[in-house]
Amino acid sequence: MATLKELSTRAGKFSGGHRLCPGCGAGIIVRQVLAAAKNPVVVACATGCLEVSSTIYPYTAWNTSFIHNAFENAAATISGVEAAYRSLKRRKKFGLEDQEFDFIAFGGDGGTYDIGFQSLSGAMERGHKILYICYDNGAYMNTGIQRSSATPMGANTTTSPAGKKIPGKTQFKKELTDVMAAHYIPYVAQAAPSNWKDLTRKVEKALSIDGPSFINVLSVCPRGWRTPEEKGLEITRTAIDTCFWPLFEVENGTDYTINYKPKNKRPIEEWLKPQGRFKHLFKPENKHLIEKIQKHIDNRWEMLLRRAGEID
Amino acid sequence: MTKRIALTGNEAMALVMKQINPDVVAAYPITPQTEIVQIFSQFVADGEIDTEFVTVESEHSAMSAVIGASAAGARAMTATSANGLALMWEVVYIAASCRLPIVMAVVNRALSGPINIHCDHSDAMGMRDSGWIQLFGENAQEAYDNALMAVRIAEHKDVMLPVAVNMDGFIISHAVENIEIVANEDVRDFVGEYNPERYLLDVQNPITVGPVDLQDFYFEHKRQQVEAMKKAKNVIQKIADEFVNLTGRKYSFFEEYYLDDAEIALVAMGSAAGTAKAAIDELREQGIKVGLLKLRVFRPFPAEEIVRALSHIKVVGVMDRAESFNTMGGPLFSDMRSAMYDGEANVRMINIIYGLGGRDITVTDIKNIIQKVKDVNNTGKIENLVIHYGVRE
Repeated sequence: MATLKELSTRAGKFSGGHRLCPGCGAGIIVRQVLAAAKNPVVVACATGCLEVSSTIYPYTAWNTSFIHNAFENAAATISGVEAAYRSLKRRKKFGLEDQEFDFIAFGGDGGTYDIGFQSLSGAMERGHKILYICYDNGAYMNTGIQRSSATPMGANTTTSPAGKKIPGKTQFKKELTDVMAAHYIPYVAQAAPSNWKDLTRKVEKALSIDGPSFINVLSVCPRGWRTPEEKGLEITRTAIDTCFWPLFEVENGTDYTINYKPKNKRPIEEWLKPQGRFKHLFKPENKHLIEKIQKHIDNRWEMLLRRAGEID
Repeated sequence: MTKRIALTGNEAMALVMKQINPDVVAAYPITPQTEIVQIFSQFVADGEIDTEFVTVESEHSAMSAVIGASAAGARAMTATSANGLALMWEVVYIAASCRLPIVMAVVNRALSGPINIHCDHSDAMGMRDSGWIQLFGENAQEAYDNALMAVRIAEHKDVMLPVAVNMDGFIISHAVENIEIVANEDVRDFVGEYNPERYLLDVQNPITVGPVDLQDFYFEHKRQQVEAMKKAKNVIQKIADEFVNLTGRKYSFFEEYYLDDAEIALVAMGSAAGTAKAAIDELREQGIKVGLLKLRVFRPFPAEEIVRALSHIKVVGVMDRAESFNTMGGPLFSDMRSAMYDGEANVRMINIIYGLGGRDITVTDIKNIIQKVKDVNNTGKIENLVIHYGVRE
């Protein structure tokens, strides 16, 4: 695995001067992911914050080849690029015979869990040698904080607003990482930019595999989460320590490994409290919701431990 | 070197795709196009061809994948019909705006709803304003020939636009014809190698494709697409002129059938043009001065040339195999009337909407339609601007 010193010299495939918000998780994630890629990279990007902030014509923040097609088809698009690479390499065109590439797609949770889900599932099932990175900030942040199927229960969004009758989003988030594992693809993982070593190792592993891989990365959104810009990685760590966002990997669909077990699993309040989107949950009448969320988190953590063989 | 063999339209299309030997084909099955990808996948399975064949999970992903492949530097093709084309619609626009020379076979079929698997042109008309060049063939031979020429048109430096090669579902796609096949080596020579100026897999020169394009540049890029479409006219003709040397088959924007001395005429696209020719042959024997303009190139619309070809005609019946629900006629009719508006000639026009959802159109039907055009010529009166021919009222 590359050292931090090595990574710092490799950085630069995603340049500064992009127009992402201060404190945005996506920029940090992209830099970490691309730094971990050793080959030239072709990036496909779903429509979303990352894409609209980094490619405002005639400028681009990408020092790699980059393609944005539409909202829901980053996975299909990169699979077309990868298919072209295999074909052109086989046909010895453009001097690609000895040229390796890393093919990486980036999508937000909306473009991945929801509208892009079919295209992602199809690309994974077909077995393209691509890495799909979801930067999951838990809502359609680019269009004004609407709920997605990745939005956590209770979150106040513009389409799941906390009102007099309904206290924010009423459903738990879709556990896409598990769904991707159910594709029985070689490598699936969940990661976070606060744990850069873990993320870097996972990206290196994913890119070394001859087949499709998927990494779901928690991405702080100060605007949507209603958190201070400078607190992003601290809050991300809380997500991991409360087990809201466990760090784990799944190989070939069944082989679960927990990558981080908090010594003291912190209560979910500590994850919810600093975020303005959960403010209403701390009213006395919503106490039962926090209990419900805690129970869900505990059950899921236990299930992951069981799958990883950590408990019987 | 050519040879004659009996093939269906779909077989001819799959064969020409094999001969073109594209780098990548991504496709999803849909009636009546399905056979094309089935036959093509058998070629791949049998090792007759080493195209990278991507079996996507939807037409949306088929078009998305060929966009990725084409942007990467590959010669990429796909095929579809009807609802599949409608599902691609969003990305069909993106293919054109990224200036990617993709070639797509469109086996024309009615667009739902209600669901109907048979031929009309509502699918092709749905992509009408997407910035694709659209070619229509009268039969399997023309579908085959158009596909060959489409590769050259799309990849021409002055054009760099995707091309849709249309053929009527079932009527052409599933009917067997004797067609003349170009020899493999001649196909290879004719289409040549695709050498893009910029592509994603160019390690030395990474590029950004499909950026955000705001108020300051979007309009200019649309204008550039229009310029490419204008230039496409010359390129289409130039490549047709080369094609005649290869095959002896002569193509232009349209075919003029007995138009020179005609008083009345029909305008049609696709297989109905063949039926119209048979009807015109019979009527000509009776001394009726009727002709046909069979449109091959629908986008770019060859307005000037059409006006020239029809300027001496008194009444034209424009045949549309699609509705546009503007209550003023079908999409071809709108373009035709628009083209004629500034013409010096006094050409009158009526619109015949026919054959929706695969409703049969026979030689007798065409003769009846010509009679309606003749009536307008005789009486000088247009009683019905738009006729839905063959529908039970």
